[in-house]
Formats: sequence, structure tokens, C-alpha cells
Amino acid sequence: MDLFEYQGRDLFERHGLPVLGGGVAETPQEARAIAERVVGRVVVKAQVKVGGRGKAGGVKLAADADEAEARATDILGMDIKGHTVHKVMLAETADIVEEYYFSYLLDRANRTYLCIASVAGGMEIEQVAEEQPDKVAKIAIDANVGVDRAKAHEIAAAGQFPAEVADQVADIAVKLWQTFIAEDATLVEVNPLAKVGDGRVLCLDAKVTLDENAGFRHPDHEALVDQSAVDPLEQAAKAKDLNYVKLDGEVGIIGNGAGLVMSTLDVVAYAGEGHGGVKPANFLDIGGGASAAVMANGLEIVLSDPSVKSVFVNVFGGITACDEVANGIIQALALLEQRGEAVTKPLVVRLDGNNAEAGRAILDEAKNPLVERVDTMDGAAERAAELAAAGK
Amino acid sequence: MAIWLTKDSKVIVQGMTGSEGSKHTRRMLAAGTNVVGGVNPRKAGTTVDFDGTELPVFAGVADAIKETGADVTVIFVPPQFTKAAVLEAIDAEIPLAVVITEGVPVQDSAAFWAHNVVKGERTRIIGPNCPGIASPGASNAGIIPADITPAGRIGLVSKSGTLTYQLMYELRDIGFSTCVGIGGDPVIGTTHIDALRAFQDDPDTDAIVMIGEIGGDAEERAAEFIKAHVTKPVVGYIAGFTAPPGKTMGHAGAIISGSAGTADAKKEALEAAGVKVGKTPSETARLMREVMS
Repeated sequence: MDLFEYQGRDLFERHGLPVLGGGVAETPQEARAIAERVVGRVVVKAQVKVGGRGKAGGVKLAADADEAEARATDILGMDIKGHTVHKVMLAETADIVEEYYFSYLLDRANRTYLCIASVAGGMEIEQVAEEQPDKVAKIAIDANVGVDRAKAHEIAAAGQFPAEVADQVADIAVKLWQTFIAEDATLVEVNPLAKVGDGRVLCLDAKVTLDENAGFRHPDHEALVDQSAVDPLEQAAKAKDLNYVKLDGEVGIIGNGAGLVMSTLDVVAYAGEGHGGVKPANFLDIGGGASAAVMANGLEIVLSDPSVKSVFVNVFGGITACDEVANGIIQALALLEQRGEAVTKPLVVRLDGNNAEAGRAILDEAKNPLVERVDTMDGAAERAAELAAAGK
Repeated sequence: MAIWLTKDSKVIVQGMTGSEGSKHTRRMLAAGTNVVGGVNPRKAGTTVDFDGTELPVFAGVADAIKETGADVTVIFVPPQFTKAAVLEAIDAEIPLAVVITEGVPVQDSAAFWAHNVVKGERTRIIGPNCPGIASPGASNAGIIPADITPAGRIGLVSKSGTLTYQLMYELRDIGFSTCVGIGGDPVIGTTHIDALRAFQDDPDTDAIVMIGEIGGDAEERAAEFIKAHVTKPVVGYIAGFTAPPGKTMGHAGAIISGSAGTADAKKEALEAAGVKVGKTPSETARLMREVMS
């Protein structure tokens, strides 16, 4: 889960990192109230989980509370690369002398952590790495040792930080590491880490990604979820413990296993190219079990999406045999009917694997006019795309 | 023969007395796996009956190894306890630990991996969040259905469980030496490269299927390895060509970050290494069929 800057800033503050005062506002009036508490100029920053907001006009200075309110009015509701701005962060301004870069992240390839530090901050680190590779230090961190004072000084030296800030940078390096570990983050990035006029080094931005698998250790992380960005269908699916991602096409997808469902999306998209460009409407993995109840919940979510014109149920019977899956589908349709949900969209079902013949026979015997059986994944994708195009 | 798991492997189950653990212990036994016991400190000294097979429960992995000569552990404990279970397996120096558990925090995986490195990598870790390893006709450690395919001469390594089953099924007339599900998490023990190396060295494997998906750059690194070290034919499949960036697709590691981790980049890298990459699972099976004919 990616955090907004203001959430990252709050997390940093709680872990003792030097940040500037400020607050977050959802309305121009709230922005004014925060600006009135801050002495001097404020910076008004769009809160979006995408880079390049400065260039897009999402970061503005304001001399006083009036201006802060006006800038907040401009920025709230803006569209930045497809992200609507619902919140602005207001912060004290700093008299920046030098801009640095500092991050800890998971290094998947080496199965450990990496610290990236540079005295060339304030811009995309990828760009710095390309243009001035000697200015970007990458230091491996041992997961079981972490960053102590000595390691922090090693980082400050490798990053070529000037002597007068080395102690402060080392201090931040230790505290940022503690934040990274304590919060189960997979990324903490400070860009810029800035030296200001009075010589202090401050974290002027905060980019944080948290590991959702570690949620059981962090009940407080649930409150950081941005409800405004969560699709209502995704929310409903989550409440039912379903692994669902809303996409923007017309063919509803239900399958078992993340890899198979991803593959199903691809196959449907290819088939859609021949049918007016219809695309998958969602990712939904109902898992290895694929019981009738789970199938019913999945069907309910997918069918409640108004853009869905046909549904492709793609199940490989592994641990759960296909006859059980077939019964599950029939029961699921009956269950939906009992719940008063009229099912009117066509379902293309492909069953393969363990007990496939028996499963197919069950579907045939049920003679549900909405259920069509196609026995290959490619063929079923083709048929589902065709039906979706016809229903558009 | 096969890689890493053979008919002689002696398997214990950490979490054997739990619901998933007991269900799959029964399945592994039915598949002919030589399961010799389980681990649960609270039930040490008792036995569990699996349709007539009495399996002893030990207090720890080290005890289980001492008493049974076990050389494989399959771990089914919940995510909260997975790190401790894997650390125990590493400390007991068991040669192979298969971690089935889904939802393990990545810091826990990074921690047990770092510990394994410190201990000299005496334990091969497969997973977490994986279906395990199966050598058809010989042994099955994990949750891969045992009856999909008979033994044969194709080796398979995959990030995805159900895609593994799909390919095993499509190529069941040819058969497989060993199928390894390495899991879809950001940090995993055994990688595509480890499996490719082992299959290259295995006299009973003639060709290799490699299944990848969006996220990270494991497939790109595997492509470099194939170019330099693999002479056996490799057929590839990548899932997630149409996945949107920034969304986690089921597996914790399956996410396109910025321009990194796309299926296109992986396909290109593999093709540059001489790997034939199928557009769909069926096309992948067809490519393998051509290789084996």
C-alpha cells in the first residue's frame, strides 16, 4: 500500500524524524485554518500517489492564509495524470540550501534491502542515476543487522554528504531505518532531504510503501487506506475476502489461482481484439478451493458491475475436482436467484483438469440457458469476448 | 531421477496437525510421498492417524531429523509463525524446506533468507507462497495435485500454482521429471535460475518449461542465465501482458512498478536468449510439444 505524502510525514514525525509543521486539508476553508496557524509562507501540495505533481501545477507557494485558501481552491479537484486531488497538504516553507536524496527499499533480486543515497536530490533519482551515476550510492543492508550508527556513517560517506551535515544525515539514516522496520515498509523515500538556511537537515517529502501482508502486526495501518480511491466493487469484494481488482473492460473474469487469472485476462484481451476491442472487466481469483459459496460471492460481485456484458469462468480443477466446481457454479446461480439477484448475463465456463468430464456433464445436465460450456481456455475466451461485444 | 525431491526423500510436515497441514499430509501420503512425521511442540510424543498410517509428532525439526532421518520439511503454519518455523528448519540444517504459507510479511522472508545465508545456505528454501515441488511417480512435497501427469522428461519451474497445473495437464502425455513452484512473493528462496541450473544438470530432464509473471526482474535475470549456461531447450510463458501498472494482481510480487516488471520486457529478454515464448498456455504447450517431437 502506497501512502500519501502527509501520511508518510506523520509516520516520520512519530518516529522522531525532522519534518516541517503543517497539516492536511480537504477544503479551502480547512487549508486557510492550517495556514493561519503557520508562521510565514506556506507551501500547498496536492496529495496524489503519482510523481510529477510539481510540473503539473500541484505545488504552490502562498504568502498568507488568503493566498493559501486560493491556492487550495485551485489545486483541490485538479486532475494529475488521471488522479483527482481530494486533499492538499500545507506545510511551513524552508529556505533550502542543498537538496539530497535518501531511501531504503526492498531489493528483490538480492533478497535483501538497499539504501540509495545521493547529494543530487530534488529530482527523479532514476534521472540522476543516468546522468551522474557517480553521485548515486547504493549500499546493501543486511536484513539481520540493519543500520546502526556505524553503518549510517558508512552510508553518509558513500553518499558523499558534506562533512557539516554527515552527523545529521547519519542520525536520519538510523531513524529512517527504524521507521522502515517498525512499520513493515518496503519503501521509504525522502526526496528532497534538504539542508536549510540554519544548517538543519530536514525531510521535506515522504514516500512510503507498506507491506499489506504485515497487516496482522499493524492494526493501525487499516486507517491509512484511502477509501475515496477504493473502487466500491473492490471494497465489496474485500469485505467478502475476495481477491478482486476492477479493470475497465466488459468481460467479467472469475478463475482460480493468481497466475491463471492473469493469464485469462491476457487471453481475453487478445480475443477481444477481434471483437471490437472488448477487454477484461476485472481480476478475480477465487482461490484453490472454489466452493459454491465463494463462487456465488464472486459471481455476485462480477455481475453487479454494470459494464460487464459477459462472464468467463475459467477453472482448472486441481485440489478441487471439476465436478465440485460445476456443482458450485449451478448452486451459485441458484443462490443468487434466492437472494433476488436476477442473473441475465451469459456465462462461458471452461473446466479442465481433475474430473473435467464429470464437471462438464453436470453443467450440460443443468441446462441453464445462460451457461455455455467451452472446453479450451482460448476457445472460451473467444466466445466470452464475442458475447460481450454482442451485449454492448 | 528428478531434481531435489526423489522417491528416497523423507518428508516431515511443520503444521501437520493444523487443518491445511493434515489435509495435505493425507494427500501427500496418497501420492506415495514418504512422509515420516510432523512437528508441533504442544503435541510432541503423540501420533496422528492418516488412513492407517500412524505418523509421530515431534517437538522440533531437529528431533524429527534425529529420529527419522528426514531431509525435507513442508511448512503449513500460518503467516504469523512462518518466520520462526523456517528459522528452526534452517538451524536444524534440513536440506530442503518447502514453504507453502501465503501472506508472509516480506521482512520475515528477508530475515530468514539472511539467516540462511549466514548459515552457509545448507537449506534449500522453496517459497513462500508456493504450491511446492512434485516429482511425478516419485514424491510430492506440497499441494500440487499428484495425479495430473505421470513421470516424463520435461522439467518445469513456475511462479504460479494453477498455471503449473495447466501446463502439466496439457503436456501429461509427455510427462515431467520435476515441477517446482517457486511462488509469487517479492522475496523467495529458490529462483528460476536455481531450477534452470538443476534441470540443466539433471540427466533425466530433456527440456524445460519456465513460467513467469509481471513484477521484479527474475525472468530477465533467468534469460541471461539461459543464454550463458543452459543448452537444453527452454520454452517460456509470461502472465500479465494486459495487467495495469501499480495494481497487485493476486500474488504479492505481481505488480508493475513504473516501467519495471512488465510482461513485454520479460518476453523480449527471454526471446533474446533463444527461449520460445508462448502467447497463451496452450501455445506454450504446443511449442514444448514441437521441441519434444
